Amino acid sequence: MELTDETARTKDIVLDLPDWVGHRAGQHVDVRLTAEDGYQAERSYSIASAPEDGHLVLTVERLDDGEVSPYLVDVLMPGDQLELRGPIGGYFVWEESLGGPLLLIAGGSGIVPLRAMLRHWSAVGSSVPVRLLQSSGSLDDLIYRDELLDGAYAGVDIRVALTREWPDDWRGRRGRIDRELLRELAWPPSERPLAYICGPTAFVEAAAEWLVENGQEPGRIRTERFGPTGT
Amino acid sequence: MDALDGNAIAGVLFEHFGEEMTMTRGRCAHCHTASRIGELRVYMRAPGAVARCPVCGKVVMVIVQIRGEPRFDLASIELLHPI
Repeated sequence: MELTDETARTKDIVLDLPDWVGHRAGQHVDVRLTAEDGYQAERSYSIASAPEDGHLVLTVERLDDGEVSPYLVDVLMPGDQLELRGPIGGYFVWEESLGGPLLLIAGGSGIVPLRAMLRHWSAVGSSVPVRLLQSSGSLDDLIYRDELLDGAYAGVDIRVALTREWPDDWRGRRGRIDRELLRELAWPPSERPLAYICGPTAFVEAAAEWLVENGQEPGRIRTERFGPTGT
Repeated sequence: MDALDGNAIAGVLFEHFGEEMTMTRGRCAHCHTASRIGELRVYMRAPGAVARCPVCGKVVMVIVQIRGEPRFDLASIELLHPI
């Protein structure tokens, strides 16, 4: 196990799993922690790596009132054992055969499963058009900042919205993703885009509603809600 | 209270049914709409998990842990064949 800081609040947990059965981009694992007194807590974490990557990567954001994430981000050490169940999920999954054009929309750490999809897209040399809209509080909070801003995904149209603070020379969106921005950036409904939205519940529901208003087929919107937390 | 999706109960369903269930369709006993399990609205803060139909909002599934073992109330959902 290797641990890498992603932002001040998020860490990559890189796992070497020789018997891993393989996963699909967008799936998650359940992580179970057991205290000395037998108390157990279990949470789901999205897989950040592509099926084609050599390691399994979980990117975990510390939630201050969380039961599991503070341990994973602040206490876990290389060499510790983790109890995992998975891979899990089939609904919030993208594979090349599902086609596109793809619209990926992330609020905060909602980027994690979408990053697995981007890496899968890249690994298989997909020609499906992809646009990513990422909302983040500030540049310091932006998970996978270097990858997203430095062109690691050549051919993907990446738009980052900084909602709280931004550098003076910031050329991306200043402020939240809203109805107008989605109308401008969503693929035309006639192209039958496939949308994946992940993030805090309110963010996901607003984005999905705006896409439907814009004419997007509801059956081609897949969502993963993280609950009340996030940006 | 903020809802999650059926993804949130995918793990416990996987263990119970022995297969990935989020793409399986279930028909709501109240409004008769078939939705994917992954599309259900799931509330985790009750003493267990409550899944509601995304169309009519009525409860279709309840999962509680009894002595560490999950128990399922599936009386309000008819599971259809996986697609």
